[in-house]
Amino acid sequence: MAQALIDLIKRQFPTAVLETHSQHGDDTLVLNALAWKAVAEFLFSSPDAAMNMLVDLTVVDYPDREPRFEVVAHLHSLSLGHRLRLKARVGNPEGEGAAIASLTEIWASANWAEREAFDMFGVTFTGHPDLRRILMYPEFEGYALRRDYPADKIQPLIPYREIPGIEKVAPFGRDEGMSFGRQVHARWAEDSEDSQAN
Amino acid sequence: MEPIDVELSEAELELPEEPMLLNVGPSHPAMHGTVRCVMELSGELIHRVDVQVGYLHRGFEKMCERGTWAQVFPYVDRCNYVSPMLNNVGFALACEKMLGIEVPERCQWYRMALGELARISDHLTCDGAMAMELGAFTPFLWMIKGREMIWDIMEEETGARLTHSFGRVGGMAAPPTKGFKEQSLAVVEHILSIVSEVEKLMFGNRIFLDRLEDVGVVSAENAISLGWTGPCLRASGVAYDVRKAAPYLKYDEVEFDVPVGEKGDCLDRFIIRLEELKQSVRIIRQSLARMADSGPINVVDPRVMLPPKEEVYNTIEGTIQHFKIVMEGLKIPAGEVYSYTEAGNGELGFYLVSDGSGTPYRVRIRPPCYYITGGLEHVITGQMMADVVPCFGSLNMIGGECDR
Repeated sequence: MAQALIDLIKRQFPTAVLETHSQHGDDTLVLNALAWKAVAEFLFSSPDAAMNMLVDLTVVDYPDREPRFEVVAHLHSLSLGHRLRLKARVGNPEGEGAAIASLTEIWASANWAEREAFDMFGVTFTGHPDLRRILMYPEFEGYALRRDYPADKIQPLIPYREIPGIEKVAPFGRDEGMSFGRQVHARWAEDSEDSQAN
Repeated sequence: MEPIDVELSEAELELPEEPMLLNVGPSHPAMHGTVRCVMELSGELIHRVDVQVGYLHRGFEKMCERGTWAQVFPYVDRCNYVSPMLNNVGFALACEKMLGIEVPERCQWYRMALGELARISDHLTCDGAMAMELGAFTPFLWMIKGREMIWDIMEEETGARLTHSFGRVGGMAAPPTKGFKEQSLAVVEHILSIVSEVEKLMFGNRIFLDRLEDVGVVSAENAISLGWTGPCLRASGVAYDVRKAAPYLKYDEVEFDVPVGEKGDCLDRFIIRLEELKQSVRIIRQSLARMADSGPINVVDPRVMLPPKEEVYNTIEGTIQHFKIVMEGLKIPAGEVYSYTEAGNGELGFYLVSDGSGTPYRVRIRPPCYYITGGLEHVITGQMMADVVPCFGSLNMIGGECDR
């Protein structure tokens, strides 16, 4: 079944499929990023594929590769019972220009999945109706799940709003309450000493 | 004396014209996960809503990239903290799939029995909390009592009530204790009696039924599009259960039914959980009957298993093997896998990418809750403000799993 499905897509989109493999029984198609949405739409509407559920959408970061990010989507057909993994590669090694078409028009579950991918990796999904951070706060700097984002990086404090008549609460130390506070990065340790001295 | 009722013409009353903006959360007592709903109300009707999650984000996936594969187990415990055993087993199965190993039969039955116990505790918590939020405190206490009994079993087996970290790649941390079968059978019996009492109490209660029936209806089509799985999807009439559709462990050898709802309203989601709980009891009984009383619990594979302590302390080979596995981590061959199991809330998937070293390259957890909470906006838009509580309760949002 799965091989027949792969062949069907290859026939339908001869230039879009870059490579295929089926490691551990997971059939995978690596697509040209430009054909991402067209193939997804075909998989959704074609009766032979009937992929009515987008199970998951995520990104894997390979900083040494060009293109750098691999957008990975897992599709599932509840009526036919088969699964397929789609991949597309986007972005340059600096992590810029990573953009791919949004699948929100096809599956509603793509909405939050793509927001999370954007939040964590900075991949933009063109055509997404509401692309903003979801797990992190809006002022967060950088993209947390990129490989070059240090896990012990400490985010700058968000400045207080100036409201006349309300006194500020004393801010926490920079390493207070962070999950990796015990191992403050040297660069940040200097910073926090400076701020304490001030 | 002055007349009490002052004549007021209608025109003098000033009613606000613009819709009212109401914040519910981040820690509203009726929201049992830390989530914030910004609602635009017109009267009592919800016009628009923005569901904001992330308050419990702890960087699960980032932390996984810093330790060894075995060090992920404590983290997955803290994803769904109501049924951590299911997460443990799910992650162990994903790693074993990459390694191409299968745990001994006794361990498979053991994992199933423990997993179903965890599922019962998950469903008891959800239904109990849902009833409590609607003012029915008694069933909540009964159900939490039942959950406590399950946690007693877990404590006996694993040493911890809640965060067991009991799964291992290639087996379990310890074999079942002597009294496990007896205690589990007695507890599930007790839980069935609790459930039947709850059913008698709740399904004759008009207030409870009125607040759930035809509230928060989600069609099968919408539920699938939203990526819902588990009890919420089945309540909408789609009989998709990973245990039936893609059996893992020994689920293809046990008999159980997949209960399916009709309307997809809050009441269906409430009933589905109670029905599933009874099916879990059936699975537990069969698993315990077929689990051998003795035999190996872990695979014999020096690549993944720690050697017995006598060897570690007395032989140089044992010491080196122990050192390598603890310091470098067990090596998982390079590649990628998507392994999925049925957790308390639906399909719990692990998409693992390995570069062949002892540290995961990427651990992506597919949390069922995240997608279910993503559908909350769809469920409560157009509903009354008061219906948010049963709708949210019936989705069983677990903050740890949703926000990771």
